[in-house]
Amino acid sequence: MGRKIEAVCRWQDLEPGILILQPGCAAEFKTGDWRTGQKPVIDYDKCVKCGRCYIYCPDLSYELREDGKYDWLADYCKGCGICAVECPAGAITMEDE
Amino acid sequence: MMDKMSATEALKDFQKYTPKDFPAYEALVPGHRGCQGCGEILALRQVLKGMGGPMIVTSATGCMEIITSPYPHTAWNVPWIHVAFENAAAVASGIEAGRKAMIRKGILPAEEADCKIVAYGGDGGTADIGLQALSGAMERGHNMVYVCLDNEAYMNTGIQRSSSTPFGANTTTTPPGELSFGQATDKKDIPGIIAAHGVPYVATASPFYYTDLMNKAKKAATVKGPAYLHVFAPCPTGWRAAPSSAMTLAKLAVESKYWPLYEVIDGKYVINKKIKKAKPIGEYLKPQRRFSHLNPAQIEYIQAQVDAKYDRLMYLAGEAEDE
Amino acid sequence: MAKRIGLESSLACSEAVRLADADVIAAYPITPQTHIVEHLSELVADGKLDAEFVPVESEHSAMSACVGSSAAGARTFTATSSQGLILMSEIMWIASGMRLAMVMAIANRSLSAPISIWNDHSDIMSIRDCGWIQYFCENGQEVMDLTITGFKISEDPRVMLPVGVNLDGFNLSHVIEPILIPEADEVKAYLPPFKPPYRLDPNDPKTFGSVGVPEVYAELRKQLEEALQDSLPVIEEHWQGFADRFGRAYKPIETDFMDGAEVALVTMGSISETAYTAVKEMREAGKKVGLIRIRLWRPFPVEAFIEAVSAVKQLVVMDRSLSYGGAGGPVATELRALMSARKNMPQTASYIIGLGGRDVTRGDFKEMVEAAPSQIDAGRVYDFFGVKED
Repeated sequence: MGRKIEAVCRWQDLEPGILILQPGCAAEFKTGDWRTGQKPVIDYDKCVKCGRCYIYCPDLSYELREDGKYDWLADYCKGCGICAVECPAGAITMEDE
Repeated sequence: MMDKMSATEALKDFQKYTPKDFPAYEALVPGHRGCQGCGEILALRQVLKGMGGPMIVTSATGCMEIITSPYPHTAWNVPWIHVAFENAAAVASGIEAGRKAMIRKGILPAEEADCKIVAYGGDGGTADIGLQALSGAMERGHNMVYVCLDNEAYMNTGIQRSSSTPFGANTTTTPPGELSFGQATDKKDIPGIIAAHGVPYVATASPFYYTDLMNKAKKAATVKGPAYLHVFAPCPTGWRAAPSSAMTLAKLAVESKYWPLYEVIDGKYVINKKIKKAKPIGEYLKPQRRFSHLNPAQIEYIQAQVDAKYDRLMYLAGEAEDE
Repeated sequence: MAKRIGLESSLACSEAVRLADADVIAAYPITPQTHIVEHLSELVADGKLDAEFVPVESEHSAMSACVGSSAAGARTFTATSSQGLILMSEIMWIASGMRLAMVMAIANRSLSAPISIWNDHSDIMSIRDCGWIQYFCENGQEVMDLTITGFKISEDPRVMLPVGVNLDGFNLSHVIEPILIPEADEVKAYLPPFKPPYRLDPNDPKTFGSVGVPEVYAELRKQLEEALQDSLPVIEEHWQGFADRFGRAYKPIETDFMDGAEVALVTMGSISETAYTAVKEMREAGKKVGLIRIRLWRPFPVEAFIEAVSAVKQLVVMDRSLSYGGAGGPVATELRALMSARKNMPQTASYIIGLGGRDVTRGDFKEMVEAAPSQIDAGRVYDFFGVKED
């Protein structure tokens, strides 16, 4: 065959039934690239450690840190703005990146 | 000797989550291909978080399956299987039966009986094409949890109506036009249908009320036998709402009595959050352009239906106010 | 000491599943499969088979539950016929595409419309493309033996494909024959516990059934085809292993009376036994006729078939179903396709027989052998036989 075939791999290298063996490997795909210009900015002085940003994030883009507040993860955040809307302390605003 | 499964018995020493102590468990990882602001993946994430591992998950075809398993990627940290659109409950039945036999025959160690079997589907995969398999699984009494993530249409194929699409909603197969105003029938009462199967535990939930949701997920997993969760799953894409609005809608839905939070435990209805002064339904409908074509008379009709359904629920829970 | 008893072939199938120590049976009743699942229910109820019997609410859910059970690592069995087979066809494709091991007995029955509970091959032929291993039993002993070998083949890590064991509905399923039931410990030695190379395991999470994006779908389909073709030597190996242990040998293609045969009948399933007697009688009358009996249908044993037909000048191929509006019966169509790439292959005549339970007699076979040359001379692709026309 002359031209390059658009395939993931040779058929011989495929797992049976295209089984995926590595759990959670979607984390290789950085959906942070999907953000269209705005990102959440956190004023930690206002943060009351309620955890809503973390629990309301569809993209698991908040991580609990030692002081009980939450770090924002740029790699996966799609910029939906739910966290900014739902923060009861007004600690999160969506700002241009 | 009849071994009737009692949810009340199973939940006797139930340890609740509180708003401050939600679990760290995640069955999913980021990197999934969900839309910006997807309320369904969030609902699913919260349900599985509330249940905790170990678990095996079966998925219907739909948004969740597509966004979490684009070969060669998987967003799943737990064993997961997708087979077809209408059979998540039947596949789960087979897994449950298989593991039950394997444990009894000593092929698997007895401790593995603590592995939860969870099936989920959207409203299409649950109430329409999936209703038969779900009904069969519930009736046979398998020890499993079924979760319906209800975004009120067949979203993955492009926003077509389902039997869970509410009255008046604009979908691509119930578009408002010269001769039509959108979905002409009322939303099917799926929790009621499942409760009629006599399963030990049925509950509705909304991801805004995450403590309530996670406790219900944990209860469903604790109960022996079939448990059913019906979860409000806002879809900004399909409902034509702002990407940041999923939780606002999940709150308004409950506050307006549109999505009452209740449980059916051993056949007894329990309302978890009684709404005294409900927000008018218009407030819930307004942020969703799928309802923007409706006229005041239609909105009044919707309000009347919401009130009637809520009153009926109160009656079923033995909480009906005297006339 | 193995004992021979009079047993209905359906029950022989159930007994085979018991001997194989299946873990899960998920099945929905349909005539003429019912005796298989009813007897399995009895065996489970009496504790003679330690398995979960899942009385699913349809065949589609039967196959779905089997997929789940097999993926979980349990030895899985189901059975169906006709409408049930077609209803579950969506999931049959998925079972093979996901490379899962299971055995299904199919009591072949004609397809609606019109509704018919009687035997022909239209059910299995309409789903033959789906990637399952498929073979046909001729008699009750084969039903017993080949159900057992079905698990051995299916669960072999080199195979991991679902197996369909076909037995003619009523004509074979409901017939009582003297059957030698193997000893349980012998079967256990032949068929060790199921150890799948992959399963749903909370200690080792895997993702089954991901999205086959265009960059992978074609490679998976190639993988499936290669797996099915590569299963042929494994099938022969396990049938030989069965012969070594139990003394009954099964081959993908069987031949009778082929010495000096100029023409050969080609048959599949229980009708082969009637054909055998017809050919024997034709030989006694001096006609140089032979018989080729196809046992293994998928993967089709090409080389064994080519070898069997090389010396004859003419084949008279029997089909018990038809691809409407196409090139005729599936068996004849496929055999002609396979022979077209070779040189010096026999001519073929094709007959569609025995639809919807219509009887086919020894006399019928003799008539067809006589009539075959005129079909070939006239250039007709196939003829119906035994249909009232005038």
